[in-house]
Amino acid sequence: MALIDTTNLADHDGFYAELLATHQGLSEMQSQALNAQLILILANHIGNRQVLSEALKLARQNIG
Amino acid sequence: MPYDYQPFPYTTPPGLTSPEPRHKAVIAGAGPIGLAMALELANYGVPSVVLDDNNVVSVGSRAICWSKRSLEILDRLGVGEKSVAKGVTWKVGRTYHRDAEVFNFDLQPEEGHKMPAFVNLQQYYVEEYLVEAAQANGLIDLRFKNKVTNIRQNEDCATIEIETPDGTYHLEADYLIACDGAKSPIREMIGLDFKGELFEERFLIADIEMQAEFPSERRFWFEPVFHPGQSALLHKQPDNIYRIDLQLGWDANPEEEKKPENVIPRIEKVVGHSKFKLDWVSVYTFQCRRLDSFVQGRVIFAGDSAHIVSPFGARGGNGGLQDVDALGWRLAAVLDGRSPPAILGDYDSERGHGADENILNSARATKFMTPADGIERLFRDQVLALAAKAPFARAWVNSGRLSVPCVYPGAGPDDPALPKVSRPGSVAPDAPLGNGWLIDRLGGEVMVLAFGCGVSDIGGATVIKPELTDLIRDRYLGDATAAVYLIRPDQVVAARWPYVDPAAITKAIARLWRQ
Ligand SMILES: Cc1cc2nc3c(=O)[nH]c(=O)nc-3n(C[C@H](O)[C@H](O)[C@H](O)COP(=O)(O)OP(=O)(O)OC[C@H]3O[C@@H](n4cnc5c(N)ncnc54)[C@H](O)[C@@H]3O)c2cc1C
Repeated sequence: MALIDTTNLADHDGFYAELLATHQGLSEMQSQALNAQLILILANHIGNRQVLSEALKLARQNIG
Repeated sequence: MPYDYQPFPYTTPPGLTSPEPRHKAVIAGAGPIGLAMALELANYGVPSVVLDDNNVVSVGSRAICWSKRSLEILDRLGVGEKSVAKGVTWKVGRTYHRDAEVFNFDLQPEEGHKMPAFVNLQQYYVEEYLVEAAQANGLIDLRFKNKVTNIRQNEDCATIEIETPDGTYHLEADYLIACDGAKSPIREMIGLDFKGELFEERFLIADIEMQAEFPSERRFWFEPVFHPGQSALLHKQPDNIYRIDLQLGWDANPEEEKKPENVIPRIEKVVGHSKFKLDWVSVYTFQCRRLDSFVQGRVIFAGDSAHIVSPFGARGGNGGLQDVDALGWRLAAVLDGRSPPAILGDYDSERGHGADENILNSARATKFMTPADGIERLFRDQVLALAAKAPFARAWVNSGRLSVPCVYPGAGPDDPALPKVSRPGSVAPDAPLGNGWLIDRLGGEVMVLAFGCGVSDIGGATVIKPELTDLIRDRYLGDATAAVYLIRPDQVVAARWPYVDPAAITKAIARLWRQ
């Protein structure tokens, strides 16, 4: 597996807080838009098709 | 056995009959912080008067989790070993989502420390031990049923109006230390803002007595089956007492929820039976707030009067004891004429930094527990769902990040080749030394630790040369062959060098005292 599924982010609590702060004041639709753009930005940054496929699979597991 | 609340004796204060000479230090409040402050000042030879409006220890248990750093501080005040002996030692926390464990932490994965990561001990015991120590100390004048009703100050001193069962009197003090708790009347008297936020959530906090074989680990649940949709915490204390926190929602009626007929069925669901006795129940709404500045002329704030946090992370009482740690030696130096009052600004900035860190951590945990509807709840719920699938998400599950001392910024010279655990601004890490512990050798005065090298006499510091064991090497040398550490009276590393430079040491000592 190429996807890192163990902790790989320093100050993860700080990131989580910043993520929520970025959503502050947005409507539900706007928040969805932000999330969608964020996924595309991060996907481009990761730049590895295999990693992205594994990430999609992991996210989909047990949903729907 | 429920705790036996013994009232402390009230005696008529001398100031009621004739004016008392000006005191060096008057402390308002005999909670854990005020009492620790008096004992710490006494360690530096400074006498104090402690005033408390009440005459019993904390009613209800309130603080239960005391951190390693607090135990080290309490040890210097003479009650650390007693607290550990009576307390329940723990270091592992487990967090569950519904029935499944999603996260756990071990707060002291490595050996070689005198004090454990945490003990659980009811606040009333800690206060009882501190009162006993204060009563036995000739430098401390402890006055129960002495209520501060007003204060005034000028450049020179603070004047304190006091009400007793026998009438009113006043005292003058070089410094008044306000340790009068979260509702601090002294903060009100000065008219200071207490800025921050309130979390719109209610928590039922109960102590119950029962015979059980629950582990001494901290256990926390998100959305447990026994308390659907909310969070819950279960933690063991001495005397077969267990602490239970249950999130209730903002709409809960505190008066109704406190009634035994409502509390008991909730707790039965947590513990799975009804063989327990209610010891103490309260319903809380939590806040995170702080004063802009803890030093207001001749009045200095410490503990809950200066800053309050929500208890997830146990940063209230533990943070307050670190205030005592950072203030004691500096205030003693001002009172002795060794340092200018400007040194109190260092207390303010260091503990302001500590308070901000404690507020940040406890606010984040409280938010994770009580997400606002919408995006906050979406992310919270999906972190919990993802934690079951992917290890990395577990680190985001936040039921409280437990109190560790902050690293003070702006400390003296450093060399990054030396280990991170002992960098300037951190508490000097403990290690076994001879038949005892390094931490027991530190504190009370400025010290120079010479590892793997010799330092000749340095003015204003005691030099010690600890034996180089493996743990000492790990914590103080890393790959270096020699190092010199300057340690403050509060056991915090002030500066360090991988070589001996007496002039640099002397300069760093002068800087510490603001000379
Ligand atoms: C449910 C709960 C759980 C907690 N859990 C933890 C925990 O696990 N770990 C932790 O570290 N902290 C915890 N805390 C926080 C901890 O209880 C406080 O931080 C601690 O009590 C602060 O101590 P203090 O001495 O500053 O204030 P207090 O304990 O409030 O003492 C203030 C004293 O000042 C006196 N006083 C007030 N007004 C006057 C006046 N006008 N004149 C004279 N005296 C006066 C009061 O009678 C009192 O004795 C918890 C708090 C709560 C509520």
